Amino acid sequence: MEDTRTLRFFNRGPSSVARLVFFSLLSLILLFVDSRFNYLESARQVVAVIIYPFQRLTALPGEALSGLGSYFTLQRHLIADNAALHTQHDVDASQLQQLQVMQVENAQLRALLDVKQRAEYTVQMAQIIYVERDIFKRKLILDKGAQNNIQSGQAVIDNTGVVGQVTRVYPLLSEVTLVTDKNNAVPVQVLRTGLRAVVFGSGNTSELELRYQPVNTDIEVGDELVTSGMDGTYPNALPVAKVVKVERDPAYPFAHVVCEPLAGVDRHRTLLIVSSVIPLPERPVVKEESGEMARFNKNMKRSKP
Amino acid sequence: MSYELARDREFMLPASGVFIALSLCVAVLLEWLPWHGWLLALRPDFVALVLLYWCTHKPHRVGIGIAWMLGIFVDVADASLFGQHALAYTVLAFGGIVLHRRVQMFSLREQAIHVFGLLLASYVVYAVVHWQVRGYIAWEFFFGALTSALLWIPLTFLLQALRRPRRDPNEL
Repeated sequence: MEDTRTLRFFNRGPSSVARLVFFSLLSLILLFVDSRFNYLESARQVVAVIIYPFQRLTALPGEALSGLGSYFTLQRHLIADNAALHTQHDVDASQLQQLQVMQVENAQLRALLDVKQRAEYTVQMAQIIYVERDIFKRKLILDKGAQNNIQSGQAVIDNTGVVGQVTRVYPLLSEVTLVTDKNNAVPVQVLRTGLRAVVFGSGNTSELELRYQPVNTDIEVGDELVTSGMDGTYPNALPVAKVVKVERDPAYPFAHVVCEPLAGVDRHRTLLIVSSVIPLPERPVVKEESGEMARFNKNMKRSKP
Repeated sequence: MSYELARDREFMLPASGVFIALSLCVAVLLEWLPWHGWLLALRPDFVALVLLYWCTHKPHRVGIGIAWMLGIFVDVADASLFGQHALAYTVLAFGGIVLHRRVQMFSLREQAIHVFGLLLASYVVYAVVHWQVRGYIAWEFFFGALTSALLWIPLTFLLQALRRPRRDPNEL
């Protein structure tokens, strides 16, 4: 560094230390603004649209390869597939008829009981353009965006269960956070007992965690967890996970329950975006808190990082 | 002595602005390639490598400003926080510029060791930012610095070969 300063014949602008400090400060300010506020979303969207064609370009070789694979399928595979689909269709058709009868009956019964109709939802099909490239994140990018009326917060499912949730919407793309993303929570219900719980992602592709269940809780290996629909984000009764391990150690206040996602979180190319879940009525605001509660909340806030 | 001269000439090879921009673009495209499963931990950071190459070989052409802008670009493409890659690349470019004279004195293998140190510094910056904002660190992430440093050798070969004039003028 010394000799460059003494031998500077040509003016090359500020020194590299000054530049380092300047650009580091700029990045830190951007980081702070981006993590605390939402001001930069529009700038992000503009850049995202500009780079969209290039991103598709890099996804092309993989797509072409899989396309080529499907082009050279053997005829007997196709015939076998077709036969299997036909039988499946027949089975499904008979079940569908039963279902329709039951739906009508259910509607009548609900009308009799004066219970609100369950939220019905429609789905939009979307293609995965690419999967996570960052080890810190469990995210997918889908090819439907704000142009197709996708909104952030919508649930994403496949044919077997919940895959994740749309967390950011670009004009032509949307970003999905998987249920297995670290600290992503889904409100669920144990199908066998009706127990309500919240399942958390663990950051590992094939693991979910059911937290805050007491040691004597009634959960067994093999129990199926479905969405409870209690948060107004996920429609109810979608399969989420299956319990694979329950550890009850009396030394800890909570049981350690490990689940496995039912949906092919890392398997498919096409997914379904659940559109228009009917919003729940607003949560009533509690005006006056009792002294105890207020103190508790204050402590909670203080202890938050 | 002649070897020394040859190596000096390697570093003096001309590089057009178009070539620099093109190499950085290709690096960004490579960055978008999909990676799966455990390979994800080994994913090398192509942009950081090419950036470091230019910072050590042409420190007056590619500096901290370009590194920062490239970082912002990658941040958007990667859906990470604004400024996360930018900060990491700023630190990387600074390291490359400060050490560029020193790196020139070593052979490729010894250069790779220096490069590993620089990359590790930028990886640490990225991870610390992530830890501050999200609250956890994935330790496998640092394997990427190792694979990137190993890639330094073929990458330097490739870029040097592309920069060398096609035909020796003495031949004519």
